[in-house]
Amino acid sequence: MTPTHVSLRSGVYADSVRLMQVSREIGARDGVSAVLVAMATPLNLELAAGMGLAPDGGAQPDQLLIALRATDDAELTAAVAAVEAALTAREDRGSAQAIPARTVGAALADAADPALAIVSVPGQYAVAEAADAIAAGRSVLVFSDGVPVEHEVALKRAAHEAGVLVMGPDCGTAIVSGVALGFANVVRRGPVGLVAASGTGAQQVSCLLDAAGVGVSHVLGVGGRDLSTAVGGLATLDALAALDEDPATERVLLVSKPPAPEVAERVQQAAAQLSTPVRSAALSPESPDLTAAVEALLGDLGVAVPEWPARPGAADAVPPGAVLKGFYSGGTLADEAMLIAAPALGDVRSNTPLRPELDLDTGQGTDLRATGHVVVDFGDDALTVGRAHPMIDPTLRLEAIAALAQSGEPAVLLLDVVLGHGADPDPAAALAPALQAAGLPVVVALVGTEADPQGWSRQADALAEAGAAVYASNAQATRYALDLIGEHA
Amino acid sequence: MNPLLSAAPAIVAAGVEVFSAAVRAQGASVTDVDWRPPGFGAAADLAQLALDRRRAAANRTAVERLLAAGSHLVDVRPAREVLDLGDRMLLHSGPPLTWETASGPMRGALIGACLFEGWASSVEDAERVLAAGEITLDSCHHHRAVGPMAGVTSPSMWMWCLTDPVHGGQAFCNLNEGLGKVLRMGAFNDEVLTRLAWMRDVLGPLLQQAVRSRPEPLDVKAVLAQMLQMGDEGHNRNRAGSLMTLRELSPAIVAVDAPSADIAAALAFIGGNEHFFLNLGMPSAKLALDAARDVPGSTMVTVMSRNGTEFGIQTAGTGDRWFTGPANTPVGLFLGDYGPDDANPDIGDSAIMETYGIGGFAMAAAPAIVRFVGGTVPDALATTERMYQLTLAENPAMQIPILGFRGSPTGIDVLQVARTGWLPQINTGMAGRVAGTGQVGAGLVQPPQQCFEQALTALAEESRAAG
Repeated sequence: MTPTHVSLRSGVYADSVRLMQVSREIGARDGVSAVLVAMATPLNLELAAGMGLAPDGGAQPDQLLIALRATDDAELTAAVAAVEAALTAREDRGSAQAIPARTVGAALADAADPALAIVSVPGQYAVAEAADAIAAGRSVLVFSDGVPVEHEVALKRAAHEAGVLVMGPDCGTAIVSGVALGFANVVRRGPVGLVAASGTGAQQVSCLLDAAGVGVSHVLGVGGRDLSTAVGGLATLDALAALDEDPATERVLLVSKPPAPEVAERVQQAAAQLSTPVRSAALSPESPDLTAAVEALLGDLGVAVPEWPARPGAADAVPPGAVLKGFYSGGTLADEAMLIAAPALGDVRSNTPLRPELDLDTGQGTDLRATGHVVVDFGDDALTVGRAHPMIDPTLRLEAIAALAQSGEPAVLLLDVVLGHGADPDPAAALAPALQAAGLPVVVALVGTEADPQGWSRQADALAEAGAAVYASNAQATRYALDLIGEHA
Repeated sequence: MNPLLSAAPAIVAAGVEVFSAAVRAQGASVTDVDWRPPGFGAAADLAQLALDRRRAAANRTAVERLLAAGSHLVDVRPAREVLDLGDRMLLHSGPPLTWETASGPMRGALIGACLFEGWASSVEDAERVLAAGEITLDSCHHHRAVGPMAGVTSPSMWMWCLTDPVHGGQAFCNLNEGLGKVLRMGAFNDEVLTRLAWMRDVLGPLLQQAVRSRPEPLDVKAVLAQMLQMGDEGHNRNRAGSLMTLRELSPAIVAVDAPSADIAAALAFIGGNEHFFLNLGMPSAKLALDAARDVPGSTMVTVMSRNGTEFGIQTAGTGDRWFTGPANTPVGLFLGDYGPDDANPDIGDSAIMETYGIGGFAMAAAPAIVRFVGGTVPDALATTERMYQLTLAENPAMQIPILGFRGSPTGIDVLQVARTGWLPQINTGMAGRVAGTGQVGAGLVQPPQQCFEQALTALAEESRAAG
């Protein structure tokens, strides 16, 4: 017969859950075959009786019943002692464990005002996070690519109604009250507000202004598609209105890739109604380039146009019959280069072409080895699938440079290198040896400021040492490349 | 002026870490979202609902109705008088089921009810009439009723009758039988049937007289609010609520024209039953959630319920449609020498308490409950913190002292469940899986994800159809 222990104890009370927990703990001991530690209520006495462990009469509900069956006396004694220990054990009181927010909505619920959400989750899921921000009455920068255009339109309509801004998608640049978000440069603060449907365009413009000693109030990147027919400038109009009401903003510069004409017109009309003067730097064959637009704005402000920083390079190694190969990480800078080059060179083929028939897309991907005048935007969505943006990951562009050198096609290589927050911490480190190895004449548009983490001069010197001509202005860089080709045509 | 441009913004960042790191390096305030891909749901469905222009307002409407609803105990009457019960009809908990699909405790309770009503003379006889389909089965929820555990409600049982003074709704629940061998846990022996008969013949009429004699109806919502501040969460712990109810009703009970022995027995029965209040809390939650029904575009859950075989939910945006999946088996602590093998899968309408935002959602108000899974007080707090991320609102009437009297997380949002991948936390009793056993323990359980997957798909379809 296995030994049993049945006892009643007065003056002890524990919560039934606590007692069930103790029962389970003791029941898990190897030598224990049955256990009930519970207040001696009628129900529990019945359970004990069912287990053959009923106390001898006289049990009261306010008494603690300890009933055990064990394999031998030693185990029984140990088990009774274990009950005692379990009943007197102290629990970890601890403090509330912080539960991190799983959604933008949950995180914004505790955020101080003004708050801004940055969303860089996969594009198909970005809409829910962005919608959270709008629902919370907060603006949002959507950095994600691959956001369907109908989602962008729906978000921007909702944002307009809620009186907040949707920045992006597909334009990861903003500076809000001095805080740089996504890809952005360290520029001084000042009176110029930028509305940019173009990330690198905004970086080019803000860096040139900085070089001229003029600061920005805010840079609001509205997304590369905002001035398309589908989106209709929804965020541009709201951003213009917001800057118009901002006392720190005295001038507004609107920067974009070539916009849809009817949208450009609508935006122009809206801009004309504002009390803050708005100048457009929207690229088109008829418009000035970004550098010229900045120079015109400096004129508006009565600021002298400086000599833009540059490191002129050697121009002798250009072979006869050289073509232009523009390998860009910034889509707007690529567009600007094509707009400047086309009148001089004729057709330029591209993965983001000025005219559809010039498309490099073969239907099975982009033909990076096409001959003739070519400008490639390595930041285009089709080339960033499964990899980071070329401003962070230079692999694809370095491969293309090596392939160009191998091909033997006479060429002038035109590149952009974009500095600032979010970008490669030392782009020249990878690029300089690649340029030296390629042995091609190279012109670089180096977009950045001295205050950027990478430092404009430090990067410019390294690139110049590798044989590149370096310009802070993409327009100047492009024209210099054209000069090189023209002289050797 | 747009507030965004007034000062350096606090940043909330979801996604690639490099961007929040760059912002943090500038000295700005950054909160990283612990984002991960949604737990379930097609991306197109999630986007459809996220962008549904009706959703915010619809959810606000549903929540406002839920929060505004009151709960008054106005009467106690036999089920046959107040429920739309057909001849030889039994109600049960959870989504609709059949005798064939009924689990052990559900069968036990149905057998017991047939014996109690005199529709069968023996257990075998009861099984025969039930298997032959001679007894119509229907969900409590289809009759504005809720039943704990098996929830079996027969015409002779007395019902708490509650009304919502704000929206005019009505809800009903039978009287709690106590613990152990009870019909709702699937037990049907003589002890069970004797108690049910006493409840029918003595307790019910006595409570009716008492409730009717009160000058004002008992405000059950107020009891719920107070018990949360006294260590109950209103589902697995109803100790304070039961005592408060006894305090409120006892003056009227002792004044009833009945033998003093009956009055004494009634008071002893109520006082000895820690879950006596549960059957008042459940219809109170039901009133609030029924008030939130039928709001097109709302993704709020209005019912979570289980029948011992399946778990089912309904939403405000999809009316009376059930979305079901196989019920999970609770994890917890067991009475006596019962163990996990003895437990039936999740059963009962009592998850209406979590649907209302208390019970497992207010775990922090009743830290003792978290011990069912060997957890600690910080675990209890963490559980409630997680539930805030699944819900649309905080219920200002249901405050949790340890969280600084923050309102309990209320109004489960199907969309948030999908996005976070967290399922609602439910505190529950455990019935023995063999018919006739009764209660074997209590613990914690979660709904099957399928219910929410189906609901998400249906809500997205409805949203598309609405344009």
